[in-house]
Amino acid sequence: MRTLVVERPGLLTTVQDEGRWGLQHLGVPVSGWMDDWSARLANRLAGNADGEALLEVTWLGPALRAEGAMSIAIAGAVFDVSVGGYRTRTPLACPVGDGATIEFGERHRGTRAYLAVTGGIAVVPVLGSRATDIRSGLGGLDGRRLQRGDRLPVGGSAYGGVDSLRNLPSPSWLSEEPRLRVLRASDDSSCNEQHFLRLCHAQYRLAAASDRTGYRLMADRPLPQAEGSLISQPVVTGAIQLPPGGSPLLLMADRQTTGGYAVVAVVAAADLPLAGQLGPGDSCRFVPCTWDQAREAAADRARALDAIAARIG
Amino acid sequence: MSSPRLSRLGDYAWLVTFEPRVDAETSARVLDLAAWVVAQRWAGVRDVVPALTSVAVHLSPECAEAGEVQRRLAEHLAQHTAARDAEGPVIEIAVSYGGPDGPDLAAVADAVQLEPDEVVRRHCAVTYRVFMLGFLPGFPYLGPVDPSIQVPRLAVPRARVPAGSVGVAGQQTGIYPRESPGGWQIIGRTSEVLFDAARTPPARLMPGDRVRLVPLAAPSPHEAA
Repeated sequence: MRTLVVERPGLLTTVQDEGRWGLQHLGVPVSGWMDDWSARLANRLAGNADGEALLEVTWLGPALRAEGAMSIAIAGAVFDVSVGGYRTRTPLACPVGDGATIEFGERHRGTRAYLAVTGGIAVVPVLGSRATDIRSGLGGLDGRRLQRGDRLPVGGSAYGGVDSLRNLPSPSWLSEEPRLRVLRASDDSSCNEQHFLRLCHAQYRLAAASDRTGYRLMADRPLPQAEGSLISQPVVTGAIQLPPGGSPLLLMADRQTTGGYAVVAVVAAADLPLAGQLGPGDSCRFVPCTWDQAREAAADRARALDAIAARIG
Repeated sequence: MSSPRLSRLGDYAWLVTFEPRVDAETSARVLDLAAWVVAQRWAGVRDVVPALTSVAVHLSPECAEAGEVQRRLAEHLAQHTAARDAEGPVIEIAVSYGGPDGPDLAAVADAVQLEPDEVVRRHCAVTYRVFMLGFLPGFPYLGPVDPSIQVPRLAVPRARVPAGSVGVAGQQTGIYPRESPGGWQIIGRTSEVLFDAARTPPARLMPGDRVRLVPLAAPSPHEAA
């Protein structure tokens, strides 16, 4: 079987897919890729179905050796990368010869890159998904990040994908300080319109304690306090919680299924890919939007994905 | 009884909130609604999540009929104002209390001014209800805890709580299915496996289940001497 061998794991490289849906009633987090748009793009460029498992590369990229000829695509955060000794830059799609090494170099923009292999990363699905959920110890390779010496099976046949290097234009949407569209969360005595409006006036920086579970946001001005511990209720990815006395928390892919803090707003699904490209030290702002605008934005993102994927088709 | 509230949770989920009261009656309504939604087999619903007093219905982005889901939920809620609470068998979980298995038992006993043995007796005297699973895969929120032994969470959460640890926090008691950081006061430990991805269903306890905790015999004072 064709295999990717991990020569250097990078900071946090994990197998991810669309996530472990359908089990949140058992307390199983959804997990899955942080930037859905870039992950799907990488899959399409590799000739895969949108939901195929791939690698999420974080901050410092890995070095991987191909055993058997294969075809790959990389999207998301912009990295220098060398494939079989040829130095280029992501996003790209290219063939990789048997024995060649894919080596990530300097990162230029964004936090997470997605490396798809034609045929997908064929680790055994756990509870219906290959996504790595480190906190729960589920999926991927033994529920953990990649380590030196790991061997990742590649599925499907050796055919498909591109037969020569194709570079794509740099993703213009990867902004230094994204303005994430947010929807007002449910009306609640604990958290009102004032909380929402004040949330949208501040600028935020991601604290060091920001990871795949969620981002701790340091505001540049004081925010109104919400009521303390509430009765735990279900939460969604993109929910912005207001813990008492603390800084807001933006819940991301590895979030828990429920939470006990007031939810003031939810990032529109169309802007979750932007949020997924943030890392500690990065800034963001929130702008109000309506549900109709959120749906329209999601449709725009889907069209943009079709358009860019069609260029390489 | 006030009517439940139907609200949006982002662009791909609906949240139904019942009265903010953690009790068996509200829980029965929560689980009844969740079971009903699952039984409808609506296309595009990818998760139905019951919690203590609310239910979330997560939709997939491809689901164009969010408005239709809202309409049917609202219609159902208007018609169904009570729930039948199906009583299943009582599941027994053996727990070793105190000592290294329950490092906070003494502090809990001090806080409520009871002997540790009495705290254990009262902790085991109740047939608990599994109100929900959350926090970690298979982590059961059991309740209600006897008011005379209710204590708050630890001021500073532990970095590592061993798998099987039985904790208390307010009116809830719970069991950690795997090692994890945690803020509940740990009074005992079970060797039961609460979550196993290879098992069907993977969770040992399900929302609505009834649970009794059975104390493992502690060594008698004479033997220990």
